[in-house]
Amino acid sequence: MNLPIYLDNNATTPLDPRVLEVMLPYFNAKFGNAASRNHAFGWAAEEGVDYAREQVAKLIGANEKEIIFTSGATESDNLAIKGVFEMYKEKGNHIITCVTEHKAVLDACKHVEKMGGLVTYLPVKSDGLIDLAALEAAMTEKTILVAIMYGNNEIGVIQPVKEIAAIAHKHGALFMTDATQTVGKIPVDVNADGIDLMAFSAHKMYGPKGVGALYVRRKNPRVKVTAQMDGGGHERGMRSGTLNVPGIVGLGKACELCRLEMDEEAKRLSKLRDKLQASLTELEESYVNGNVEHRLPHVANISFKYVEGEGLMMAMKDLAVSSGSACTSASLEPSYVLKSLGLSDDLAHSSIRFGLGRFTTEEEVDFAIEQTKKAVNHLRDLSPLWEMFKEGIDLDKIEWAEH
Amino acid sequence: MAYSEKVIDHYTHPRNVGTLDKSSTKVGTGLVGAPECGDVMRLQIEVDENHMITDAKFKTFGCGSAIASSSLATEWLKGKSIDDAMKIDNMDIVEELALPPVKIHCSVLAEDAIKAAINDYRVKNGLEVLESAKSHH
Repeated sequence: MNLPIYLDNNATTPLDPRVLEVMLPYFNAKFGNAASRNHAFGWAAEEGVDYAREQVAKLIGANEKEIIFTSGATESDNLAIKGVFEMYKEKGNHIITCVTEHKAVLDACKHVEKMGGLVTYLPVKSDGLIDLAALEAAMTEKTILVAIMYGNNEIGVIQPVKEIAAIAHKHGALFMTDATQTVGKIPVDVNADGIDLMAFSAHKMYGPKGVGALYVRRKNPRVKVTAQMDGGGHERGMRSGTLNVPGIVGLGKACELCRLEMDEEAKRLSKLRDKLQASLTELEESYVNGNVEHRLPHVANISFKYVEGEGLMMAMKDLAVSSGSACTSASLEPSYVLKSLGLSDDLAHSSIRFGLGRFTTEEEVDFAIEQTKKAVNHLRDLSPLWEMFKEGIDLDKIEWAEH
Repeated sequence: MAYSEKVIDHYTHPRNVGTLDKSSTKVGTGLVGAPECGDVMRLQIEVDENHMITDAKFKTFGCGSAIASSSLATEWLKGKSIDDAMKIDNMDIVEELALPPVKIHCSVLAEDAIKAAINDYRVKNGLEVLESAKSHH
């Protein structure tokens, strides 16, 4: 077992060696521009791209013509939201999203507001899921897009996308989903799920960084987005720029591997995750954040009350995890996702996200359990709040000097 | 961002963790920060009849830099008179621990905790309260 152990697979995943292998020829021998239609170099590159497009489409039950390659999920989110807003502005200017979305979605929506759009940010319930009745109530004649993520990046909860899509469609709006954490982890089918646009990325599913895709529905209805980058009109005019051929080939292979291995892998990971979660919640005053039934198989977000997340991570020095603590972010604000579940700031500060992945072993999980328990106990021995809690002092009744 | 060796040393082997009897007139207690802000420090001093600090203890809820700042503070406090202890400046802590700018608030909190503990002792012993804390910004 090599240390440190990587348990931050929601941030990024290691490249699968099988993916790297198929990418390599496209860096040298097959270096051509996929848009060069008149010689063998271009054809070889185009062939790689075409094959990858099929592999990607197959994973999500789409047609290959519905796949737009981008630089990653952030670009896909931007293209979907701004692109739909521009394309459908005759029809309406209202977009509905939710407060726990990734910043790529929230900030694209902020941009839309500056352009004259109206955006509704739905709250979430304490389990992290949106209230479908609230969505229904927010729909108006001017609503053109509902943008709700599939699986959340911090707590892993899975939104009821089928029901959300049905509500959007009933009111004549499109449904877009950021499925960056979800595609390749659990079955996603754009037709069964009623998805019109979907953003995802290669590096969250053991592919390379810097490449992703936007699914754009072609039939029932035919969806169009206004390009956000001007140029050579690549990707059916929706995304100009010379294609990142090695990256795209890698994304294709990553999708194929996920499709073939997902069922068993999801079972294996959820078993390991459940073991980790069960062991860590044996600690007093530890709480799982988010709905535990509708959740991605590889994520557990746990708050250890009376210890601070960054201090805790320092004691878990052989584990690469992430925290909702303010101290880990430049803004010094604790996680907005955890806060929107109604968690108090101090519980948000005390949270750790464990993200398991394809290369996580049971031995590593066992080690992580031991080290986390030791770290929590060590930090609680140092914590004045833990001491006060143990003495039965109500911490909410103390007048803290906020600084 | 990597931690300095000194921060790691204090974090891994914190000095003077513990609790003194806060009801004793010889003990001054400073409790600063707030759980919502992710930092709470409790620093305690025990002072003899010559106003010399004979013992110091801390407990801290916070990041590694906050723990290291308070651990270092207890080391510096022991053996100092309460007047000299009042002169400890947060920038001394920043320098000693090589704290990056984003962690300066940890040292400010430690300075506040020192001053709060001394003032608590002063009040208990009928002495006037000295300059107030820095961190209310």
